[in-house]
Amino acid sequence: MQSFGMGQAINQALREEMLRDAGVFLAGEGVGVGIHSSPMLPTAGLLDAFGAGRVKDTPVSEAAIAGLAVGASVAGLRPVVEIMFNPFFTLASDMIVNHAAKLRYLSGGKSAFPLVVRIKSGAGFGAGCQHSHNLEAWAAHCPGLKVVMPSTPADAKGLLKSAIRDPDPVVFIEDMMLYFVPGPVPETDYLIPIGQADVKRQGNDVTVVTWSKMVGVALKAADQIAREGIDLEVVDLRTLVPMDKKTLIESVRKTGRLVVLHEATRTGGFAGEVAAVVMEAAFDHLKAPLRRVTGPDIPVPASPPLERFYIPSEDDLIAAVKEIVR
Amino acid sequence: MQISRQKKMEMLRSLLLSRRFEEELTELCKIEHKIPGMMILCTGQEAVGAGVCAALQPEDVIVTNHRSHSHLLAKGADPNALMAEILGKRTGCNKGKSGTLHMAVPEVNALCTTTVVGGGPPIAVGIGFAQQYRQEERVTVCFIGDGAANEGSVHEALNLASVWALPVIFVCENNRYAGAQRYEEHTKAPNIADRAAGYAIPGVVVDGNDALAVYRSALDARARAVNGDGPTLIEYKTYRWRGHGEADCQLYQPKDEIAAWQAMCPIPKLRGDMLAQGVISEDELREMETRIDAVVKDAVRFAEKSPYPEPNEALEDVFAGS
Ligand SMILES: Cc1ncc(C[n+]2csc(CCOP(=O)(O)OP(=O)(O)O)c2C)c(N)n1
Repeated sequence: MQSFGMGQAINQALREEMLRDAGVFLAGEGVGVGIHSSPMLPTAGLLDAFGAGRVKDTPVSEAAIAGLAVGASVAGLRPVVEIMFNPFFTLASDMIVNHAAKLRYLSGGKSAFPLVVRIKSGAGFGAGCQHSHNLEAWAAHCPGLKVVMPSTPADAKGLLKSAIRDPDPVVFIEDMMLYFVPGPVPETDYLIPIGQADVKRQGNDVTVVTWSKMVGVALKAADQIAREGIDLEVVDLRTLVPMDKKTLIESVRKTGRLVVLHEATRTGGFAGEVAAVVMEAAFDHLKAPLRRVTGPDIPVPASPPLERFYIPSEDDLIAAVKEIVR
Repeated sequence: MQISRQKKMEMLRSLLLSRRFEEELTELCKIEHKIPGMMILCTGQEAVGAGVCAALQPEDVIVTNHRSHSHLLAKGADPNALMAEILGKRTGCNKGKSGTLHMAVPEVNALCTTTVVGGGPPIAVGIGFAQQYRQEERVTVCFIGDGAANEGSVHEALNLASVWALPVIFVCENNRYAGAQRYEEHTKAPNIADRAAGYAIPGVVVDGNDALAVYRSALDARARAVNGDGPTLIEYKTYRWRGHGEADCQLYQPKDEIAAWQAMCPIPKLRGDMLAQGVISEDELREMETRIDAVVKDAVRFAEKSPYPEPNEALEDVFAGS
């Protein structure tokens, strides 16, 4: 099987969907000509392949980029637009939150907004908090938006293809560090359904629910702590909205213990939602209080030791696990 | 208008300091892990910061963006504190929280730096409002790029500043590129300054590589602002020598275009004028260069020997008193 990072997997999904459906087009700052020409990046080479009619480099204008997606989708196209870094979602958010997410409902179901907003996200590149801010919980809190956060190249390809074919607005959040982590990617045209979690590791003692880059942290922690005889089950949520409650609850019922892990800050973070779902549906199965392992409630700082402090680590997860298996 | 020797010396010093400071950064970027994050330089554009800041009083405010080094240095920020911040050290002007991109130096009235493109102008409106409200004879300068001019926030800020006659000078540094996009690919109008007509304020286009011309235009705009006549939009035509970040190979930027603009470097221009008119002698110039070289080397030494913050210092400064 072919093997490459998530950047190339996304590239392949975009390429295949553009070939399949003439209504699919791309827009965003630097989606055609970027400052980096690495083939590992999501839109590399697509301008050459599809031309400037379908791969639109835009001015620095997030509101217009998002509005373009809203208007083009209701008019029958399939826009895939890019927001360069997650914090700039705030500039696009009027169009996405107040329009894309609400206008189907307001029209009594008559209008459709089949658009994808790809957002590059994640801490770890030393740029500071105006470039690094995980905002998935904001998007998830907004009814009418689907929210996808893949952790592997294969998942990214299958989920992005589903997102592009989805009849509703999808916020597709990509952790930039994953662009460079290789993994197997099927060559076939395959879809991963939106709303289906994936058990990335089977285990019996503690369920770790996580997504995106933190799945890798959870798997490494699981290997380490297995040597001490503690068996983690790692559930990759993959889609925050709609959430696959069934897989989540089955896992917690099996293990009786839950840790939720995400990079975003804690207060109001999506871990709270996962925890509440489990408490409502599987309280009786819990043998210990659940734990959250998240970024602290601070903006992401730039200096290396400060940024490392921010990002949850294997050690943080292991410590939380040990608190509830004792 | 005659420009005093002192002002010319100030501008030359500022140009040379900014250039040396950034040359050092280019070198430091070649050393792995020395500089965290991105490194966005204004090499070639220094005349804008130097000329504009020379037209300001210390109490005047600047609001800047991701390409801020020359603005901050020209406003009088401490090179040691800037260099340490860029290297992520505790002694940096923002204790390592910022890094190179959003350095705030309130000590010299560089009150806000934002790297959200287009974020500056609405903030400058607020600062200008505070100055007007308190009836101070002060102005606020907001630096933006040509790309930023296309953000809706910039339009809203220009309109509001105009309607309320706020003492704000909107400075657009048109360096021909926004990321990998050429000016012509993101804007149809030949000049950003032409937009001023839509706000009924003056819009001026000035050679951004000519420090003296920059200085004169900023002085005019300042006079207007403190007279209560409202904002000015000044567009400085200049050029970005380096990429959008030091990791950028500039494949989209024609080599001969770069060379042509390098030939119009703002430093020899001012230096040549000053030498020709006897404003500065060769000896004085050499001495100035030697002193600036020492300042920059000291800044690097200071930054390198400064400690990194302790990891849990990340928790400080979220709220007042935390
Ligand atoms: C709101 C927002 N969108 C995108 C970016 C990414 N970005 C940083 S600088 C830049 C280009 C800005 O161009 P310009 O305003 O001309 O300034 P220059 O870099 O040329 O000085 C972009 C797109 C950002 N920082 N903020």
